[in-house]
Amino acid sequence: MTNTYTITAFSENHIGLLNRITIIFTRRNVNIHSLTVSESAIRGISKFTIVVIETQEKVEKVVKQIDKLVEVLKAFYHPNEEIVYQEIALYKVPTEALLASNNLESIIRKHNARILEVMPEYTVIEKTGHCEETQELFEILTEFGVRQFTRSGRVAVTRLSEELLTNYLKELDEKELQLVTQLHETSQ
Amino acid sequence: MKITGSQAVLLSLIEEGTEFIFGYPGGAIMPVYDAMMQYQDQIKHILTRHEQGAIHAAQGYARVTGRVGVCMATSGPGATNLITGIADAMIDSTPLVCITGQVGSPLLGTDAFQETDVVGISMPVTKWNYLVTKSEEIPWAIAKAFYIASTGRPGPVLIDIAKDAQFGPLDFHYKKCSYIRSYVPKPTINEEAVSEAAKLINESKKPYILFGQGIVLGNAEEEFKAFVEKSGIPAAWTILGVTALDTNHPLNMGMLGMHGNYSTNILTNDCDTIIAVGMRFDDRVTGDLKRYANQARIIHLEIDSAEINKIKKADVAIHGDVKDTLPMLTKLVEKRDHSAWVAKFRELDKIEKEKVIDLEMYPTKEGITMAEVIRILNEKTKDNVVYVTDVGQHQMFASRYCKRQSRRSFITSGGLGTMGFGLPAAFGAKMGAPEKEVVLIVGDGGLQMTIQELGTIMQSEAAVKIVLLNNKYLGMVRQWQQLFFDSRYSQTYMMNPDFIKLAEAFGIKGKKILDRPNLVGGVEEMLAHSGAYLLEVSIEKEDNVFPMVPTGASVAEVILEPAKK
Ligand SMILES: Cc1ncc(C[n+]2csc(CCOP(=O)(O)OP(=O)(O)O)c2C)c(N)n1
Repeated sequence: MTNTYTITAFSENHIGLLNRITIIFTRRNVNIHSLTVSESAIRGISKFTIVVIETQEKVEKVVKQIDKLVEVLKAFYHPNEEIVYQEIALYKVPTEALLASNNLESIIRKHNARILEVMPEYTVIEKTGHCEETQELFEILTEFGVRQFTRSGRVAVTRLSEELLTNYLKELDEKELQLVTQLHETSQ
Repeated sequence: MKITGSQAVLLSLIEEGTEFIFGYPGGAIMPVYDAMMQYQDQIKHILTRHEQGAIHAAQGYARVTGRVGVCMATSGPGATNLITGIADAMIDSTPLVCITGQVGSPLLGTDAFQETDVVGISMPVTKWNYLVTKSEEIPWAIAKAFYIASTGRPGPVLIDIAKDAQFGPLDFHYKKCSYIRSYVPKPTINEEAVSEAAKLINESKKPYILFGQGIVLGNAEEEFKAFVEKSGIPAAWTILGVTALDTNHPLNMGMLGMHGNYSTNILTNDCDTIIAVGMRFDDRVTGDLKRYANQARIIHLEIDSAEINKIKKADVAIHGDVKDTLPMLTKLVEKRDHSAWVAKFRELDKIEKEKVIDLEMYPTKEGITMAEVIRILNEKTKDNVVYVTDVGQHQMFASRYCKRQSRRSFITSGGLGTMGFGLPAAFGAKMGAPEKEVVLIVGDGGLQMTIQELGTIMQSEAAVKIVLLNNKYLGMVRQWQQLFFDSRYSQTYMMNPDFIKLAEAFGIKGKKILDRPNLVGGVEEMLAHSGAYLLEVSIEKEDNVFPMVPTGASVAEVILEPAKK
């Protein structure tokens, strides 16, 4: 049975790692639904957030393979219940069409969206939410003629009090951590 | 004092104890080749005749010594010629450091002359790779490369060095790498899992050990033997695990998988517990997975967590280096005698012996068989022999019949099945173990894939003994055509050159054996000869390897002979 899973991988910030990670999905013929890379709460460590719709078994295998990569500190996966997640969507709509309508304000209010920029020709609307929610607004706005639409990849945090990685890093003992800093310094 | 990046490359390799660089020069790596002249007395470069030859030689060296093999090539075509070997080393977990030259860093990404994105191309087949653009990074990158290649589950690492970094100055300080935060080569062992496994083993009536190369890579042959002997459990090997236990050991039941033994395959579906040690349930071992050992509980000892539950779900997984986990398990298992269960293997062995082995080893038909050549090699060599094979029927016969008593004495391309591996790998093995008798068993097809390496053998005066089993066919493919494609021999007949003359052109002595009466003498002459030697043996043209688990069949359906039409 397939389900939506959010894979998070924490890594050193190295060139080419994104490539190494996506190769794992390509090899197993797994489609990446969305992918986001950003800094994590821990300095110098990047966080990959990858959404897939797959069986748990396959996700587990992919995660182990990601975890195995030399530069990856740790990889995890979560079903939706375990995380708080969000996506952001931008809609570009002709200003004229919006002005002609009399329920624009209520649409924006109802969907918790906001207007980012109004120009004579177009207006940019922003909404954050889950995929279905930003999609719903898209359907509604189509009546005004959406000229451009884009949705970001998912970003997520777990429902645990700390980043799972923090616990993992604590497990590595102090001495070894010092060694790393030394190594890092000599390599720079 | 400042040195150049090129000097740093060589000094770093020397620091890591590198004896040989197997390589081939070219524009983008020329600074390093130039610097070599300065360090000739500390590190030896061996010029192969093709980069594929260089990397297979490095593999042969690594496999026989257990040390990191080093190879070197220029950018573009030099580097791409390494790829087959890198893929082979990746799937067979061979520790390699490959160093390639790259165009100057300002030219990266511009389609410069001989520029190839080698880091990109090799990414799926390396354990790690890195593009060096600054000379100061060289010692650090090489130290890291050796550490990653040789620890945990070993594998190939590639360092691509831009030409300007080879010229650039740096202060050289070498520090071996022993820690990388994001890389944990040796996991902490879960003792509970070990006791749980021991409990399962102690409860089992028909336990069965399947062992693989993990034992060899972990240098845990002794620990493994102790485990087998105390537990009294029959054990069978994957092709790369073969040297982990003496072929003659009473609990060594033989080879698993497609061309493995009869008993070892059938009883896989009869045992109650499988103890998989450093093996990865390759499809050539399992046959149809849906019908593979479903009755058995699975205990998996494995260093690579990505292998656990990858193919076969483990009831108990002991994640760790078998060098550490095996003794822990041995301590907890009860001393047992499973002789009734072992006898079941021996009963089936009798059938196989009668229907297959005797006919192959002591043939009554006119043509010489591959198995009888191997029997004679076994009889005439001592226990210092290292067998190297290429890929095909001869490889399966060699795996089945070569007697192996010493560690690291069988080298073959297992996971990738790379034809052309044999000759250069045998050369590399001889360089790594000059005191051993290195015997290559090769087919006429595979020999011609890297035959240019006879030149390397000539120049290095390496006494490799080449046994060419010539059936004038791409034998293994022909066998499949016969069995599964109605004997339509599409493109498997080969017109061959005069191999003996060819060897002679390379200054290598040789002899062609056409019939049985001359065979023993030929083998003796080859072994008595002090230098390299090519012994070509004309083999029965349409001989087949059996038993066989046909593709899609269950291991229990292993066949002893072709189905009667
Ligand atoms: C590089 C490569 N190409 C193709 C194959 C497919 N293949 C496997 S065995 C074989 C035939 C090998 O023939 P030969 O070297 O004569 O050995 P024999 O089987 O006759 O012992 C072929 C073509 C392969 N394994 N590797």
